[in-house]
Amino acid sequence: MGADGGTSRASAFERGGAHRLYRHAHSPVHALPPHTKLAAAFGFVVVVVSTPREAMWAFGVYAVLLGVVAYHARVPAGFLLKRLLIEVPFVAFAVLMPFVAEGERVDVLGLSLSVNGLWGAWNVLAKGTLGVAASVLLASTTELRELLLGLQRLRLPPLLVQIASFMIRYGDVITDEMRRMRIARESRGFEARGVRHWGVLAKSAGALFIRSYERGERVHLAMVSRGYSGSMPVIDEVTASRAQWSYALALPSAALVVCLLGWTL
Amino acid sequence: MDPVTTAPASLEVSGLAFAYPDGHQALFGVDFVVARGERVALLGPNGAGKTTLVLHLNGILTGGAGTVTVAGLPVGKRHMAQIRRRVGIVFQDPDDQLFMPTVREDVAFGPAAAGIRGAELEARVRAALEQVGMEDFADRPPHHLSFGQRRRVAVATVLAMEPEILVLDEPSSNLDPASRRELADILRALDVTVLMVTHDLPYALELCPRSLILSDGVIAADGPTGELLSDDALMRAHRLELPFGFDPRSVTMGA
Repeated sequence: MGADGGTSRASAFERGGAHRLYRHAHSPVHALPPHTKLAAAFGFVVVVVSTPREAMWAFGVYAVLLGVVAYHARVPAGFLLKRLLIEVPFVAFAVLMPFVAEGERVDVLGLSLSVNGLWGAWNVLAKGTLGVAASVLLASTTELRELLLGLQRLRLPPLLVQIASFMIRYGDVITDEMRRMRIARESRGFEARGVRHWGVLAKSAGALFIRSYERGERVHLAMVSRGYSGSMPVIDEVTASRAQWSYALALPSAALVVCLLGWTL
Repeated sequence: MDPVTTAPASLEVSGLAFAYPDGHQALFGVDFVVARGERVALLGPNGAGKTTLVLHLNGILTGGAGTVTVAGLPVGKRHMAQIRRRVGIVFQDPDDQLFMPTVREDVAFGPAAAGIRGAELEARVRAALEQVGMEDFADRPPHHLSFGQRRRVAVATVLAMEPEILVLDEPSSNLDPASRRELADILRALDVTVLMVTHDLPYALELCPRSLILSDGVIAADGPTGELLSDDALMRAHRLELPFGFDPRSVTMGA
């Protein structure tokens, strides 16, 4: 680690997660306090999941609701769709379902598909996509740091929040350490080719673990030296006004109405 | 003998001895006093017990013989929170010291842990960052700063606690000459007692009028930095070597 450290390296190599998912903008959605957004996204997902799969129109309305949020958050459709690609492995699983599920069968284009399987696939696909879209919107309008403050405010166990916050802070430090170890290996003529070299890689992983563990001890020492006694001091109080809450909760409330209609119609 | 002895000394260490649980004895009776406002260098070869001594100053390590007193307050379980506020330790690797997601939050950590909130907290953070010239970087994550900048922020995190004594562990390590000089300027401008642990001898001469040599767990010498560094026999006996071409006798000090 040299005096050159810093910005150039951070941008050339992996950056903190905040920058990959977050999309900087000034919109009413960005300005909402993080815990209201978390609660809204969570509420929305719960409502979507509890909607009967037969009410297909309801899922269309949900998608429109998310579209409205995205419009207000100034998140372009292309950005949102690209981020949705993370869902692909689950889609593959859903596509398999009509082929493997049991029960009544129906012929589509000469393929014999299970009716139950089709419904199951639709269920996974619709609910999954909406859930992922809601999370992507949350992540692109809320900075990682803010999310943590929001979780803290929503009374998530403080230890979990602390672990998450250290993960963000030290992710880069550890990837950098890993990179330096790789360069050191390669500089001495090592190239991982095949199973015979896995031993070396495993030992590197072990060394990295021990280094990280020791760093953890030093960080703890530095924290204790500045008066840490088991809980993080409150530095930023996040508060939300009634108006902000009602603004954030408009999404899950609208979704709830749709869901109830879905059950009754 | 000293005009400031009327106020209690910033730091008083007497008869401090310590052995690690594995039996390795690191300190064998260390005695010294640092008066308020002094800048003192603690010199010593690797393995002399410098880090062990530092960890005693704010009570991270205890249990050996002897006492440490900070501004009249004995280091012990009873006043631990207050001691940790009074003794600000800047560790060697700023990545260990800066553990919060942004510079601002990191500087605020110490005072917030001491119960300071709101506007007063903000004022503390701003003042500390201004002292090290990093006020424009408050909302940056520490890992996006250069090494020299991180070291300065690390100093600010401790200054925000308004300590009685600032303890720096190898402050010049890994710094390029420009960052080194910037840090020296900052340290010289501070109005606190400084104990600087280092084996960077020119840096000690530049910043600290007085030096202690810790060797084999005892204080082997205590005197004006220039005199100690010029004593070849003493330096050789404690494995302290000046960089090539550096002659402490030829350095004229500004102040």
